[in-house]
Amino acid sequence: MVKRVLMVYPEKCTGCGSCELACSFTHEGEFRPSVSRIGVFRFDEGGSNVPMTCFQCEEPACLKVCKTGALWRDEEKDIVAFNESKCIGCRMCVMACPFGNISYNRTAKKASKCDQCDGLPQCVEFCPNKALDYLPADTENWNKKRAFTDKMRRALAEVK
Amino acid sequence: MNGWTGTVLRVNLSDGGIKREPLDTVAARDYLGCRGLGTYYYIKEVREIVDPFSEANKIIFATGPLTGAMGTSTGRFQVVTRSPLTGTIGAANSGGYFGPELKYAGYDLIILEGKSKKPVYLYINNGDVELRDASAVWGLDTHSATDALTAETDPDAKVTCIGPAGERLALLANLINDKHRAPGRGGLGAVMGSKKLKAVVARGTRGVKVADKDAFLKAVKESRELLSANGVTSGGLPAYGTNVLVNILNQTGALPTRNFHEGYFPTADKVGGETLAAERMFRNKGCASCVINCGRVSWSQGKYAATGEGPEYESAWAFGPDCCVDDLDAVNKANFICNEYGLDTIGMGSTIAAAMDLYEMGVIDKETTGGAELRFGDADVMVSMVEAAAKGTGFGEILQHGSYRLGEKFGHTEVSMTSKKQEMPAYDPRGIQGIGLNYATSNRGACHVRGYTISPEVLGLPEKLDPESTAEKPAWVKAFQDLTAAVDSAGMCLFTTFALGAVPIAAQLAAATGVPYTGDEIVKIGERVWNMERLYNIKAGFSKKDDALPERMTGGEPVPGGPMQGRISHVPQMLDVYYEARGWDADGVPSQAKLKELGLEEKLI
Repeated sequence: MVKRVLMVYPEKCTGCGSCELACSFTHEGEFRPSVSRIGVFRFDEGGSNVPMTCFQCEEPACLKVCKTGALWRDEEKDIVAFNESKCIGCRMCVMACPFGNISYNRTAKKASKCDQCDGLPQCVEFCPNKALDYLPADTENWNKKRAFTDKMRRALAEVK
Repeated sequence: MNGWTGTVLRVNLSDGGIKREPLDTVAARDYLGCRGLGTYYYIKEVREIVDPFSEANKIIFATGPLTGAMGTSTGRFQVVTRSPLTGTIGAANSGGYFGPELKYAGYDLIILEGKSKKPVYLYINNGDVELRDASAVWGLDTHSATDALTAETDPDAKVTCIGPAGERLALLANLINDKHRAPGRGGLGAVMGSKKLKAVVARGTRGVKVADKDAFLKAVKESRELLSANGVTSGGLPAYGTNVLVNILNQTGALPTRNFHEGYFPTADKVGGETLAAERMFRNKGCASCVINCGRVSWSQGKYAATGEGPEYESAWAFGPDCCVDDLDAVNKANFICNEYGLDTIGMGSTIAAAMDLYEMGVIDKETTGGAELRFGDADVMVSMVEAAAKGTGFGEILQHGSYRLGEKFGHTEVSMTSKKQEMPAYDPRGIQGIGLNYATSNRGACHVRGYTISPEVLGLPEKLDPESTAEKPAWVKAFQDLTAAVDSAGMCLFTTFALGAVPIAAQLAAATGVPYTGDEIVKIGERVWNMERLYNIKAGFSKKDDALPERMTGGEPVPGGPMQGRISHVPQMLDVYYEARGWDADGVPSQAKLKELGLEEKLI
């Protein structure tokens, strides 16, 4: 299985919130941004928007504080996985995550986090602006490199 | 429920009473939501034609069955009341994030009745609803008020409020939500002001359910594919916004210039969407669940330095070519001021153009204007007049009420480029025949988004029509007006209709609500809404004589130059054919047979 990384490109995000709708619909069966595992934060300045979801850390703070084994690193999927049945709702993970990327679902009374939809992230599927992408882990940064090398190429062509 | 939440919130501003009621599900099926259902409730509840500023008037915030769901550009809500500007039914539609938030709080409609004695705002936090003291935010501009109210309630709350213009009951006052979106036309912000209601603040953490999940996603994906394949919705609008139209309309010779004296503005490109994108734009922006993203986050610089959003096409035109101004910084600044003080940009720009007309005619002078030389093309004067109207000071005290009242005051209503006292938007009806007929017959006064025939007449969607032809236009105007009423009532953005016809929209509605809507049925719903609005206006005293354009358009002044030189609008000739296509009598009154066909025979009105 090719390991993939969920990439976020804030500069392409228009703030429409399709990712939140797709996420909550997939996991909760309704369009409900408040319980979405991805959130879009909209800033007045320059109209910038930042989609935010679990970074699937290599050394996850949430995992370190989880006393029941509900969170663990699934190396095959390359994500921080969550087993709801083991969660006791202590919210230690919510406190520990420095990015605010684990939340507490008040209805289920359990933690709630991104599972990348088992390899088919619906936020990526429904983002109309390609502000989210799901790329092979080995080459995740290649698009950025490609875009920048294109700029370099053009700049050099002008000098000639 | 699916699609709808099933709950209506009733708030009495006179006695502070707050009640939750079940939604009238039969009416919801027949009128959908937003404009249709909001107007149905308004007419049914208010019964009589009342003074818009009276205690008996109500103002309704309405969402649609698709609002808040992941439909294609389904972030809309509607504000419905009687318009103080026109005296017609007033319904104004807006995007942003406020509409979905109301839905997530659990409500299809908010019915606000009565009148408060002191400034208040309504705070809705899911099931907790309260009227709160607004004396600390009364007088604030819309941006400061929004920041203050979210600080006082919840950082994730969404705000719709009025600015100082609405508080002063300016007839051009709008409402502003999410700082930069506006239920803009008809002066509905003044109704809020008359009720001393500064804002509605919503926070919702619930969800919107749909009846058939798989069918809904399938319908959404199919509609998205159509939108992606369409050059307007996937190319022009995201790249240049609606302001992509400045150059297109100018080339057509139908870009109203110099208060509609002319139809061509040589330097229009300086205020067009291409220039904005290249020189004054941070990025584009989308409303909730939008796949088009036509919004502009922009700035102005130099002596007009400021930041904000827009201008979209109508605003750029109103402060630009209509006033003969080609300074983009001045245009942007004028637009930002209107958003901050809560004024309709189309009405404001066109009113300043009318005042410039009066000045050049010699009807008004420096003494009247408080020292300003109101000449066409003077960017400084244009911006200073917007400021005066925004603050209600000096000559602005007159300008804030629109061009018809301005013309009336000085005995020259012929300078007012209005139909039913509302300013015409940015398409010259002498050069484009269908849009003129749509302006004249619009149920809320001159308006482009009641039946946007520019799509076939200029853009060639869904097929290209000759803008100058008249024979087939009445049928097209009717078809566009009816589909638009349905789209407005669904909670979807009108811009989707560049790519989507009734069938894919009905598919989204059917899957969301579980009601087996077809394309034909939603168009019928639109026709029902249109006729209901017409019945209200007839009761309010409107008749055939009001389905008219300014004399300047219909023969008084043929276009003096450019591609449309010599043309006039043929609205009077098209009107009878239009009435016939609508199933109305020669006076424009819906026939009993038509009312029966639409299920309107049990008179609401």
